[in-house]
Amino acid sequence: MTDKLTPVLTKRWLSPNSWTLHTYEQLEGYTALPKALRAEPEQLVQLVKDSGLRGRGGAGFPAGVKWGFMPPNEDKPHYLVINADEGEPGTCKDIPLMMADPHSLIEGCVIASYAMRAHHCFIYVRGEVPHCIRRLNAAVREAYQAGYLGTNILGSGFDLDIVVHAGAGAYICGEETALLDSLEGRRGQPRLKPPFPAAAGLYGQPTTVNNVETIASVPYIVNGGSDWFRGMGTEKSPGPKIFSISGHVEKPGQYEAPLGTTLRELLELAGGMKDGIPLKFWTPGGSSTPLFTAEHLDVPLDFEGAAEAGSMLGTTALQIFNETVSVPWAVMKWTQFYEHESCGKCTPCREGTYWLAQILERMVDGRGTEEDIDTLLDVCDNVLGRSFCALGDGAVSPITSGIKYFKDEFLALCEQNRARNSEPALAGAGS
Amino acid sequence: MTLAADRDEAGELVVPEGYVKLTIDGLEVIAPQGELIIRTAERLGLQIPRFCDHPLLDPAGACRQCLVEVEMGGRPMPKPQASCTVPVADGMVVRTQHTSAVADKAQQGVMELLLINHPLDCPICDKGGECPLQNQAMSNGRADSRFVDTKRTFPKPLAISSQVLLDRERCVLCQRCTRFSSEIAGDPFIELLERGAGQQIGTSATAEIATDDASRTTEGKPFQSYFSGNTIQICPVGALTSAAYRFRSRPFDLVSTPSICEGCSSGCAERVDTRRGKIMRKLAGNDPQVNEEWICDKGRFAFPYVSAADRVLRPQMRNPKTGNLEDTSWTEALQVASRGLLEARERGVGVLVGGRSTVEDTYAYSKFARIALGTNDIDFRARAHSNEELDFLTSRVLGGIPEGGVTFAGIEAAPAALCVALEPEEESPIVFLRLRKAARKKSTRVFHLASWTSPAVTKTFGTLLPAVPGEEPRELDHLEADVREALSAPGAVLLVGERAAEVPGLLSAVGRLSDTTGAKIAWIPRRAGERGALETGAVPTLLPGGRSVTDAAARAELESAWGLRSGQLPAERGRDTGEMLRAAADGELAGLVVGGVDPDDLPDPALATEALRQAGFVVSLELRRSAVTEHADVVLPVAAAPEKDGSFYNWEGRHRPFDVALHRSDGTMLPDCRVLDTLAIEMDADLFTQTPTAAADDLRRIGRGRPATVSTPDQPAAPTPTRNRANQAVLATWRELLDGGSLQVEEPHLAGTARDQYVRMSANTAREVGLGQGQLATLSSDVDGDGAIRLPVEIADLPDGVVWAPARSEAGRLHRDLGVAHGSLVVIRGGGSEA
Repeated sequence: MTDKLTPVLTKRWLSPNSWTLHTYEQLEGYTALPKALRAEPEQLVQLVKDSGLRGRGGAGFPAGVKWGFMPPNEDKPHYLVINADEGEPGTCKDIPLMMADPHSLIEGCVIASYAMRAHHCFIYVRGEVPHCIRRLNAAVREAYQAGYLGTNILGSGFDLDIVVHAGAGAYICGEETALLDSLEGRRGQPRLKPPFPAAAGLYGQPTTVNNVETIASVPYIVNGGSDWFRGMGTEKSPGPKIFSISGHVEKPGQYEAPLGTTLRELLELAGGMKDGIPLKFWTPGGSSTPLFTAEHLDVPLDFEGAAEAGSMLGTTALQIFNETVSVPWAVMKWTQFYEHESCGKCTPCREGTYWLAQILERMVDGRGTEEDIDTLLDVCDNVLGRSFCALGDGAVSPITSGIKYFKDEFLALCEQNRARNSEPALAGAGS
Repeated sequence: MTLAADRDEAGELVVPEGYVKLTIDGLEVIAPQGELIIRTAERLGLQIPRFCDHPLLDPAGACRQCLVEVEMGGRPMPKPQASCTVPVADGMVVRTQHTSAVADKAQQGVMELLLINHPLDCPICDKGGECPLQNQAMSNGRADSRFVDTKRTFPKPLAISSQVLLDRERCVLCQRCTRFSSEIAGDPFIELLERGAGQQIGTSATAEIATDDASRTTEGKPFQSYFSGNTIQICPVGALTSAAYRFRSRPFDLVSTPSICEGCSSGCAERVDTRRGKIMRKLAGNDPQVNEEWICDKGRFAFPYVSAADRVLRPQMRNPKTGNLEDTSWTEALQVASRGLLEARERGVGVLVGGRSTVEDTYAYSKFARIALGTNDIDFRARAHSNEELDFLTSRVLGGIPEGGVTFAGIEAAPAALCVALEPEEESPIVFLRLRKAARKKSTRVFHLASWTSPAVTKTFGTLLPAVPGEEPRELDHLEADVREALSAPGAVLLVGERAAEVPGLLSAVGRLSDTTGAKIAWIPRRAGERGALETGAVPTLLPGGRSVTDAAARAELESAWGLRSGQLPAERGRDTGEMLRAAADGELAGLVVGGVDPDDLPDPALATEALRQAGFVVSLELRRSAVTEHADVVLPVAAAPEKDGSFYNWEGRHRPFDVALHRSDGTMLPDCRVLDTLAIEMDADLFTQTPTAAADDLRRIGRGRPATVSTPDQPAAPTPTRNRANQAVLATWRELLDGGSLQVEEPHLAGTARDQYVRMSANTAREVGLGQGQLATLSSDVDGDGAIRLPVEIADLPDGVVWAPARSEAGRLHRDLGVAHGSLVVIRGGGSEA
């Protein structure tokens, strides 16, 4: 049972004072860095390509390919930006990682910056987690003092500065171009692409934006090699992955297992459903990924498997809901989140979430009609693939998948409404 | 690029280099690389609905109204694409709403979403009837909405400025206004605030009052722009309205006439909308060669002067008994004027034309002076002027045409531009916009020879070449090698303002710089009629068509063309404005004919007033009661620019004809050329300028003469005034765009957007005189200590010992009240309390 676990990123998390440089160094920390600095940058890009490491922020884009988009010269300053703006409902892997093992991220940043010829790295952390920002800042300070950051790192001649930047509380800034605008001090709204960040990113210069977990994986790949990394997971989705299990399970938490692990296996690790109440629905990777049900317990949770089953792997944030939870209610709560977080730039997302939330609130309040269900689906169709960025797509996922699997619950709400309206009102009894 | 592209033998479209071939709705089309799908479709006659897209703004892709299906290399793109953001590509297949159910549904869906929070108050909205939202909701929207819930509401309207009002409920958040302000005008501080459905347009002022949770994201600075009216025009809904036009009219009640702006020398295309004999509004016309689609706020809003309460609508003459002006008939007024001028002619009559007349009118003045008055005493320069300037204009500007000279497009293409005695944003706003565009889009290096880093320097990404007033010629002669090299690149331009005439030797230095670098010169005066007046000979040295008054052959040619007897044209160089005024004040000139001249605009207003008082007989052709009519014996009312037809030559030398836009309900006003023509007949002279058309025909008939040969001026710079007392400083000054000038009367909303007025000086200078930021400073004349202009101090990067003040402000006018000008010494003292 426990042999499913593959603690790589999480291997130090339970060590005493795991976040300190001392602990990190005792447990193989900063052993990949000198090896990396002895290699040519191109060799590192090739290594990451060979490892098959895919972006852990949700989209799963091959990290090495992304690095390869950076210009092979230094005509302009290059930037590495770490997307640590973890804000997706249910997603809780990057912040624990940065709390428990910040130096693995920093070591990854130095290696990745060296590979992409960047001398400035920004870690954009969600502003609502000051404890995490404090810990990261302390780690960066430690790394500077130990010579892992700053000028002439480990005598290699390579210079790197890391700046930890706190976000200002907007979900949209997890979108990489909105993040760049926000980092530049502008209003956080997504940019038109092209140009892509590798061509004109932060301050118009070549930039790569990577997720925390992606970059934290890099030192292990440098130490273990691509074959070792590919020994875990599936062919197209290799490597270990932190699965964040929350909700109605006995032991919610972070479970690092190879990609392709199923929920059935993960539930076993997490001690099963809480109090034995059966599973009703779950998200494979945060609220923006379409819902799964108990039918999907054996779907392999890798990028391909989740997509084939009609959802997305996302951030492997598994929110587990048992039979006590009303789907329309949960969908309403998620939709209210997206309405609150829509940046407002494009019409479909801005107006669509505003409308969808109102319809769902009305339905949950028992004032919905069957036509409302059709309207919900059609408005979702007018938002999906029509919005400027993926926020709009994510916003409609819970609604369309909720209605797909649990239409009866929505209809039942309408039924209540019809029953109430069909009661003959007494004259003069008020409305 | 044409639709009827060439086809080869097989009937295939031939694709020239730099072009691509694609298919839109089944139609093959050739398009230049980089063109956006939405424009290619438009050229094919396929209108894709849109809101945020604007051809002169960078693509945004925000409204998502223009979604189409796109296929590349046989593979359909997974999502509909915003056609305003995707450039065409070879082999691309595009399906718009006409051939794609997906695109059609996407567009209808976006339209429905746009309308859920729209108040649908079209019946009371200014935009109703000319509204892209209304029109496209009809063409690409659903018949009815499924939205039954609660609309978002906002208090309204919010004043963005005194003239632009915002209705946030109508706004579709296309960001055209904010993008215009940041991209085109460079005026920040109108921004998006909040997010999601609460997102709204705002300024620091509106953020404070918007809602409890509104954030102040605009640094608390006020939104100040000379171009804000454009945001009203490009707003695709009725969210932005103007205080002046709001609720005044419906688009379908308006009579629209394409016209040319009389506000400055750019000659912008505009549209004048009138209703029942009144101008209701002006809009920017679309003229890619000149103003593109923009005009400044002065051009847009400064039209109430036409219907000002003090308009002179009937001829007036002075009652010899009471000394008052009284209405009279045209017949009597013309007889009296004719008699008076004929008597005065013996000793001499001077003609002051003013800078705002049309080409046809200045031609009439020019011809009237020569034929009816027999004099070359005529000048259009109702401002600082010099002989050096006249030589410069004759040798460097006269006869220049867009084809061979500097143009708006030339500015945009220039590798480098140097502004000399020209503060473009204040004195030629559309030139400023082109400079900014050139710098922004084409990396043109813009240099400003001036005394401080004004907003225009910053907004043109420019470099200040600092100069103490009076020192400009020496600065030009000793430019740094880097600047000189930039100006030596082919296509570089020198933009010279009319203020150059205030600095002895400056225009000579400009000529030298042009000769040594090859940079072309553009002379950009402030007023609309100046260039035309030069070409039509409203100067003491030139006859119409560039003929020299001292050139016997040219005179003979003109005498023959005008049907005069040989030798009838005066052969002596005439008096310029200053000389005429002195002569009149000294009693040497017996009469004056004065067009639209404000004595306070002249370098020596006291002399001008004295001249008007002393001249035996003054005929004033005027729009409104003025300082001139106060002294006039006869006042002849004339038409304002919108009330007549005619033309201007803009600073490029481009001919800008326009038609009558305003037919007054209280009688037709006559253009100056008609009034002069009739007056001349009374004086037994024929001008053949009964109408602007006749005047234009006559001008065309005489054509251009042998070009006057004047060598380029070579005047040395004057010695810099030496400061020998404490509290002395050299004055730098220019006029700001909105400063209560005569075209701006009776438009309080426009006046409310004028810049805050300051006396600017360096921190050192301020310290020397014991002043600090925001404290009131008093400026007075150094010569006699006369006058006092009080304005708050703003610390700026002026050279030490130099102060800048607006030439005209609510606090006073430098010429009139202090008798000082650019380069004069002034005295600065503390003015007492905090501003």
